[in-house]
Parts: sequence; structure tokens; C-alpha cells
Amino acid sequence: MRPHFPCDGRCAGSAPHICHLHVRGDTMKKVQFNSRWMPYAFLLPQLSIVAIFFLWPAAEAVRSSFYLEDPFGFSSTFVGFDNFTDTLTSSNYARVAQFTAVFTVLVTFFSLALALLLAVKADKVLRAGSTYKTLLMWVYAVAPPVAGLIGILLFDQHVGPLVDFAALFGWKMQIGVNYFDTSFAMVVISVWKQIPVNFIFFLSGLQGISRSVQEAANIDCRSGFRRFWTVTFPLLAPTGFFLLIINVTYAFFDTFGIIDVVLKTEPGNNPVTLVYKVYLDGFRGNDLGGSSAQSVLLMLFVFILTIIQFRLIERRVHYS
Amino acid sequence: MSNITLDQVRKVYAGNVEAVKGVSIDIADGEFIVLVGPSGCGKSTLLRMIAGLEDISSGEISIGDRVVNKVDPADRDIAMVFQNYALYPHMSVYKNLAYGLTNRGMPKSEIDRRVKEAADILEIGDYLDRKPRALSGGQRQRVAMGRAIVREPAAFLFDEPLSNLDAKLRVQMRVEIKRLQKELGTTSVYVTHDQLEAMTLADRLVVLNGGNIEQIGAPIAVYDKPASTFVASFIGSPAMNLIETVSDAGGLKAKAGTGLQGGNPGGLQACTVGIRPEHLQVVEAGTPVGDGLTLTVKVNVLEPVGAESYIYGTIDGGGAPVVIRIESHQTYDINAILTLHAAAKDVHYFDAETGRRIES
Ligand SMILES: Nc1ncnc2c1ncn2[C@@H]1O[C@H](COP(=O)(O)OP(=O)(O)OP(=O)(O)O)[C@@H](O)[C@H]1O
Ligand SMILES: [Mg+2]
Repeated sequence: MRPHFPCDGRCAGSAPHICHLHVRGDTMKKVQFNSRWMPYAFLLPQLSIVAIFFLWPAAEAVRSSFYLEDPFGFSSTFVGFDNFTDTLTSSNYARVAQFTAVFTVLVTFFSLALALLLAVKADKVLRAGSTYKTLLMWVYAVAPPVAGLIGILLFDQHVGPLVDFAALFGWKMQIGVNYFDTSFAMVVISVWKQIPVNFIFFLSGLQGISRSVQEAANIDCRSGFRRFWTVTFPLLAPTGFFLLIINVTYAFFDTFGIIDVVLKTEPGNNPVTLVYKVYLDGFRGNDLGGSSAQSVLLMLFVFILTIIQFRLIERRVHYS
Repeated sequence: MSNITLDQVRKVYAGNVEAVKGVSIDIADGEFIVLVGPSGCGKSTLLRMIAGLEDISSGEISIGDRVVNKVDPADRDIAMVFQNYALYPHMSVYKNLAYGLTNRGMPKSEIDRRVKEAADILEIGDYLDRKPRALSGGQRQRVAMGRAIVREPAAFLFDEPLSNLDAKLRVQMRVEIKRLQKELGTTSVYVTHDQLEAMTLADRLVVLNGGNIEQIGAPIAVYDKPASTFVASFIGSPAMNLIETVSDAGGLKAKAGTGLQGGNPGGLQACTVGIRPEHLQVVEAGTPVGDGLTLTVKVNVLEPVGAESYIYGTIDGGGAPVVIRIESHQTYDINAILTLHAAAKDVHYFDAETGRRIES
């Protein structure tokens, strides 16, 4: 609940009015606690989780990114920005970064596009008010966790139907061996797994578009394709933008599990993403310093992404 | 500009809900038709079938001699004004008006001319660059009207366009819509559940009840000769008094209560009589009944509304409720017993069973 009290006058040049932005301190209601420490006590569990699982490891990563640790962890030497320069100048890192970028673009694009397509179809069914409605609810209640599992099964080297299917066309998929085949599987599984999530958001976004606005467009524009791009799509933009950020983050970080399963922890010559490389270098290659430097770079990336997001969300139009 | 013909139009929704049950109307070129009826009677459904937003289950709709049953809404040459305005929230007012024209491939100069002209007529020229969310309800309403006008369509379809406005604005826009429609001479179908709006706007009223047409006619004709008790109670405010009667040797008597005495010129059996509140005169007790009707009514509430006042009472002896219009500033005591008289020409008779009008 936002408070509604007389404005303290910060609204430029306006007469006295009720406002929920600028509230005069003395009129604002305060919740009183018996002890002044009480509020902090309430916050403590949340804060300690943030501290233990986020701040402390982050600080540790930043610290060790400046050190060169010997493989057995007995000693470490301060090396300044060496780990960063090594990382950024390594051709391997550039290659992985490049793959990550391509991977992210593909996963984001296809999981958004396919989900949108499905959502538009589903929206039609729902608006027709037919009995499929409940059926559809079921599909998306079960979908996300199961979809990931199925996706991985589909590409199984021995029992996966997609591998057999590709073989029909003479494409002998060698997942985990062939660079292209492996990346293909990674992208498809990642897209597959993310579609249900995007679908739910797009569908509720579509359902939020007023029926009469759609109908007005039906009268104003004959072509359904044109109608979609001139009315539906712009009205979905807020949802789309939110999902874009979510999906970029997903492709970057949350695909770790999928990549790990596809590679069966045997990277060899196969493509990996930046996040997976952090893990490989740190835990398989025992290069804690380099791995930390890479994770610090990733943190910076997330930080920038967050800033962009907030900037744009602030500017984002809210349609009522 | 063109005429619209509905021929035995039916609409059955999924689950066998029959919303419109065989409706036929001939709408002349330039005519202003108002579909009026209580909530759920199928007005919107009928309008939406004309617009093409709803499939027609059976029957035929033609606009200007062309059967449009299978024609896309965009190709029917109609424009619709929605209850919640349905403006495109992401487009400026100008673009909202221009959208339907751009999509029809009209040249930019012509679009600009039409938008400017409509903006002038509706006095929305100052807001052309604004988004709908930066407009008041009344301004949005005008933009919605503008979007219809610029199209210069064969027909305007309105679905309760004024019901989201406050009372004062509603009256103002009502007058304006009527003026515009007469000026442009565009065939219009207007849906409302507000009988006053219906009366004031319509060239002809179509009173709907449960998916059927109860009556079609000029507003004043419908008011003067309602075809059924349903129309009688729906058109006119306060509603017509309807009293169930039985007949005996001395004429008509109230079914409940003792305070009704009526002539029975048609020799009717049981029937429902209807008298408009303004047709009841307060008279001296003992005034002869003649062919008219005399009521004895106990006053319950006196309601002055300014230009006139209303008495709400019940027929003496525990009968039906009755409303009487009296001059303003006239007062009567609560619980007083009044004798009221209605002339024969002002008494309506309806069949006790079917509620249909009995012409006498
Ligand atoms: N999509 C639908 N599916 C099933 N029944 C429907 C549907 N739309 C409307 N109905 C039913 O059809 C009947 C007529 O609806 P309609 O919207 O035409 O009423 P209306 O006269 O416009 O009422 P109101 O004044 O409340 O707008 C109602 O009984 C309604 O429940
Ligand atoms: Mg309606």
C-alpha cells in the first residue's frame, strides 16, 4: 500500500494536493516497535543469507582474482591485474566469449520467438472461451521442470529420438564429439527448457491486452500479420523487455546444468560458455586466480545488465 | 451511406446459450436506430454481429445490398465506438485516428485532412500528440468518436459509448452525438440500456428482451403505445404503473387491495392495466369513473425532484405500488388517502397471461 498524504510541495509548482511520492514526514504513519533493535532482528535472517552466500563469496572471488595460487593451495602470491590481463588477452577466452555471445543470442531469440508464437496461438484459444482452457493450464503447470529433463533425453546419444531422427536425413549426430553437433544440442535443449517460462509470461501479457482494443484493430486493419506488429506487439513490449533480460541472464548462467549434462564433464574440444569455463578453470584446471578473475568479469557484466534494466524500466511505459 | 438489413438473425453461443433469437430489422439509409433492453438481452451480441466481431449462427445481415455474413470486419465499411473507448494505448491521438486509414492505403495528405477535420469538429485538435492515457474520460470519448468519423463509413455502431462518463458529460455528449449523426447523415446503430438515452437519440427504437424484439417504433410511438408490459415498464421513468385486475359485473377491480375501480369498455376478463405516472390526477373522492379508472392510494413517500414531484404509494387495502407525478411544491401528508383518476384514453390494457397489449 502506498500512503496517500498531502504532498510536501516537491511536485513542481502545484497547488496543495494528495500525493504518494512526496510525503510530509510528520503525517506519515510509522509502525512502532517496542525495541529499536527489533526491525534489525527481523531483517537478520535475510541479511545473513545474502552475506554468507553472496557477499562473502563475491569478496573472496575479488580477492583471489589478484593472487596466483599454487595448485595445492599452500601458498599464494599477489600478482595485481595479471590474472585479468592474462584472461582478456588469451585467445581461448576470446573464443569462449564469442561462443557465449552467439549461444546467448540464439537461445534468447529462439526461446522468445517460439514462446511468443505459442502464446499467440494459445491466447486465441483462450479468448474463444472454449474448454481447452483448463487443459492448457495443466500443460503449463507441469511444463517447466519436466521439459528440461525431456530435452536432455531427446538428445541422448543412445536412446534419444532426435539423434535417430537426424540420422534419417543422414546427419550422424555426434554429441560431445563434434563441435557443431554439440553446440546444436546445447542450444536446442536450452531453448526447449526456457520456452514454457516465456510462454507463461507472454500469455499473461497477451491476456492483459484489452479485448476491445484487439477488436478495434480488427475493424481498422484487415491483415492479421500487420495487426500483430502494429498493435499486439507494441503492447507486449513491457513483457518482452522484461523477458529479454531474464533470458539473457538465463542463457548466460542458468544453462550451466544443461551444458554439464551434454558434455558429461568431458569438455575436450567442445564449446563451453563463460560460466562453464569459470568452473572448468577453477575446479578442473586448479587455476583459482584466473577463474576468479573471470567470475569478477561476469559480475561486472551482470552489474551493467542490471543498470541497463533499471534505466529502461524507469523509462518504460505503463499502459493502463 | 447505406441501409442495413437483418433477416432472422440468430446467435447461439457455445453451451447452447441462445443470445439472439431470430431478429429482423430493416434500417433505412441515414437512420439512427437504438437497441435498448436490460442487461443480457443480447444488444451487444446483435451489434457485434453487424460489426463482424461475432459469427452469425443463422440468418442474414446485409449492409447496403451486400450480404456480409462472411465478410471480414475490416471490409464491412463500418466503424465502431466501444464502451471503454478501446483506444490504442501506445499511439498518439493522431495515430489513433489515422490507423484505420493508413491500413487502407489512403494517401498521407488525405489522412491528414480528415484527421484535422475530425479534430476540429470534436475539438480535440490540441491533444493530437498526446497518448490516450494523458486524456480525461470525456476527451477519450471524443477521440473514439473521431476514430469512427475519419473513416467516413457506411454505418456507425455504438456500444454504450457514454456509460463511462459522469451524468453531466453524458448529457452533453448525447446531444453532440445526435447533432453529428444528423450532420453526417450516417446510418447508426446505438446500443444502450438507458431508456432516456434511447428515447432522446433514436429515430426508431428497438426494444429487446431475452434475445427477442419486443417492439420497434419511433420513441414517442413506443412510449404512447407500448406493445407489452415489458416495454411499458422499461420505457419511461418512473415506469408505467402496472396493476393486475379482475373483472366483475361493475367493471374492473384490483386483484389485490380494494382501491381500484375501472370501466370495462372492451368487456375484458382478467387483465393488467397500465397508467403512466403523469396521467393520474388527484381528484375529489366520489368523482364518477366513467370509462376511465379511479384509484384510491395511500401515500408512502413524497419525492420532490425540482421541476416536479412524485408520490410513491400503494393501492388502498394492501395492493400494488403506484407512482404519481404531481406539480412541484404540491405536498400531501404521508399516509393520506388520495383519490386518483385516469382518463380512458390514458389507460393501457395488457393480456394477463402474455403481457401483450390489448387494443381497445
Ligand atoms: N462469449 C459468450 N459465450 C457465451 N455466452 C455469451 C457470450 N457473450 C455473451 N453471452 C451471453 O449472451 C447473452 C447476451 O449478451 P450481451 O452481451 O449481448 O448482452 P447485453 O444486452 O449487451 O448486456 P449488457 O447491457 O449487460 O451489456 C447473455 O446472456 C450473455 O451471458
Ligand atoms: Mg453489452
